[in-house]
Amino acid sequence: MKVLVAVKRVVDYNVKVRVKADNSGVDLANVKMSMNPFCEIAVEEAVRLKEKGIASEIVVVTIGPATAQEQLRTALALGADRAILVEHAEELNALAVAKLLKAVVDKEQPQLVILGKQAIDSDNNQTGQMLAALSGYAQGTFASKVEVAGDKLNVTREVDDGLQTVGLTLPAIVTTDLRLNEPRYASLPNIMKAKKKPLESLTPEALGVSLTSTNKTLKVEAPATRSAGVKVKSVAELVEKLKNEAKVI
Amino acid sequence: MTILVIADYVTEGQVNTGVAPSTLNTVAAAQKIGGDIHVLVAGVQVDSVAQAAAKIAGVSKVLVADNAAYAHQLPENVAPLIVELASGYSHVLSAATANGKNILPRVAAVLDVDQISEIISVESPDTFKRPIYAGNAIATVQSSAAIKVITVRATGFDAVAAEGGSATVEAVGAAHDTGKSSFVGEELAKSDRPELTAAKIVVSGGRGMQNGDNFKHLYTLADKLGAAVGASRAAVDAGFVPNDMQVGQTGKIVAPQLYIAVGISGAIQHLAGMKDSKVIVAINKDEEAPIFQVADYGLVADLFEAVPELEKLV
Repeated sequence: MKVLVAVKRVVDYNVKVRVKADNSGVDLANVKMSMNPFCEIAVEEAVRLKEKGIASEIVVVTIGPATAQEQLRTALALGADRAILVEHAEELNALAVAKLLKAVVDKEQPQLVILGKQAIDSDNNQTGQMLAALSGYAQGTFASKVEVAGDKLNVTREVDDGLQTVGLTLPAIVTTDLRLNEPRYASLPNIMKAKKKPLESLTPEALGVSLTSTNKTLKVEAPATRSAGVKVKSVAELVEKLKNEAKVI
Repeated sequence: MTILVIADYVTEGQVNTGVAPSTLNTVAAAQKIGGDIHVLVAGVQVDSVAQAAAKIAGVSKVLVADNAAYAHQLPENVAPLIVELASGYSHVLSAATANGKNILPRVAAVLDVDQISEIISVESPDTFKRPIYAGNAIATVQSSAAIKVITVRATGFDAVAAEGGSATVEAVGAAHDTGKSSFVGEELAKSDRPELTAAKIVVSGGRGMQNGDNFKHLYTLADKLGAAVGASRAAVDAGFVPNDMQVGQTGKIVAPQLYIAVGISGAIQHLAGMKDSKVIVAINKDEEAPIFQVADYGLVADLFEAVPELEKLV
């Protein structure tokens, strides 16, 4: 089956972000950018499906600025066969992204679409579910295990009180959680080979998708900081403070 | 303005017993927005949930969709139900639980509006604050949608009273069964301890616990305090404990009265899940650990000595 993987270029998870002085957003100048960690897990899962002989072709897609080609090349080095960049310089809200991905789904007709459950910049956790709704597909969100059984997909999901397994009719959408797999590193020969793999560029206009949003960010602020408290010298002192000062036990 | 709140509920064994605590926080967020508040209970054999929802302070009507199609809250079936009901409402709210996060974006997409995820405050009926970048920035977002679709971070709002209301209960007939998905099974964590996101005290362990077996020290302490037990992502990744115990950006968000972090260094991802706790205690043998920067009380000590001693003294 054909598998489509959607990835996002985000601030590297090790970077401590700073809010801009004018409160218009987060300062991204000269900051290291990487593939969103949940998207790495999505790519890895697709590659494993290909290694098992279940996936026949892996197409990786991103919506972002021209520089997002770096993340597509990373996915190609990890084992994706070809890439699609839907080029758009400005940050988009989840609905617009889902509509663009729907247009790519219509074009590519994959049996399975794998996405990360959330991007670590906007922390929305929406795009996969929205794409599923727009495509009329079933969804297996927050997946920790994915098994193909004939024309069905069994997805084990991380839910609040444990694990839930659902059976989905294909084509379907899966969003990844942390424990689905541990992504590999790209080898140097594969990084070299990835440079020759096909990368197609599209635009939102060419896909005929409107990018309007009902959400408008008015300002972005630094969170209230929590000041460090005191160091206690012993467990006895700690218990005394919790009982008499903080009064929480 | 009328607001529709999607209820989460508690299931014990196979029996639905009541409304989840997070729904009480979500009703509180609805009260901040203002207007009539209706609650939707969708599922199968949910009478007791509907009765409990009708008693929630501030709720004027409970809609009950009792149908096999809504068992296990399959989003392919529940989302079309909410879409059908949504036209009569100014806002559709759900707690940002696994269920709410699963279902609501589907509703928003079909309504052709952008969802506002995990709000922590209501500035006005159309403007909300929400954390981004793992809580390292707070965005103020305004929505122009005719029907605003919102998930609520429970820790941002004090729960309304579970008793005191007397809402009318009304059945909604519509059944949407897309047949695209089915429930196969579940493995739920069994615990006599309080639920992590609702507990007044949380004791969490990190990589410093060294292995899963050592978590027994935390369980003993937690039982003495009536606390829930959580873990850092490092402890989950290392396989010490299951993921449903994870506190952090990608796990559960908690804000108890007292949070005791044991052997947790304090990575940004973990702090995002607990830094709104009222009092934070950190026990770590590394005095440079970042967790001490947010702790009200820090104890630099070997946890394997400090935790048993703490258990004896509380």
